[in-house]
Amino acid sequence: MEVLIDDSLLIKRYINGDEKALETLINRHNQRISGFIYSKVNDRDITEDIFQDTFIKVIRTLKRGTYSEEGKFLPWVMRIAHNLIIDHFRKTSRMPMFEGSDSFNIFSFVSDDRLNIEKQLIKDQIDCDLNLLIEELPEDQKQVLLMRIYKDMSFKEISEITGVSINTALGRMRYALINLRKIIDKNNIVLTN
Amino acid sequence: MEDIYANDKTICRLVKAKPDTIHFLLEYSRSLHISKVKGIVFESHKN
Repeated sequence: MEVLIDDSLLIKRYINGDEKALETLINRHNQRISGFIYSKVNDRDITEDIFQDTFIKVIRTLKRGTYSEEGKFLPWVMRIAHNLIIDHFRKTSRMPMFEGSDSFNIFSFVSDDRLNIEKQLIKDQIDCDLNLLIEELPEDQKQVLLMRIYKDMSFKEISEITGVSINTALGRMRYALINLRKIIDKNNIVLTN
Repeated sequence: MEDIYANDKTICRLVKAKPDTIHFLLEYSRSLHISKVKGIVFESHKN
């Protein structure tokens, strides 16, 4: 028959280096402490976390020798767990967790519009390929295309800088695009992201 | 008749910390070493 050793004796043994005594204490009070935590937080994973943090505090206090035998072991551990539960609710009220449902998904409203790393790599490759294609264009067409697309200039501004009419600038832009498409088709280049 | 009763027995299982958690705590305890030097308490973890 197994003799039930008192908690206070197990604590003394543990403080004196008997690690097995801690195992006995944890197993003895596991269900009561876990049940207490679960009754407050209603979540098994959070219960597990708080249980772990509670015993980390217990271990540190016992090992540091600051545990005083004023009360009983279990109520003391329960008080630690209770304080950690309060901390948990304080944290969650500062940072409330929202869980979506089938009919409502928060990510429909909040999203990160940056490209993922794969798409960014493809985009960089396309930009690089496009620069090479633009280099193949006749100088006058290339000049108009660069000013319009990369410098975001109006055709009026382009015409003033290049000293040609707006219609000529428009025509050069049109031919630049036609020629780019021709080069792309001729070389079977795929530019998509 | 037996089909009427719920099959999911896990719903009624008792809440207890998992063996992994207990194992972690015991390992944590074994590794924790407290030393006091001139009234200052130092905590260290042995591998």
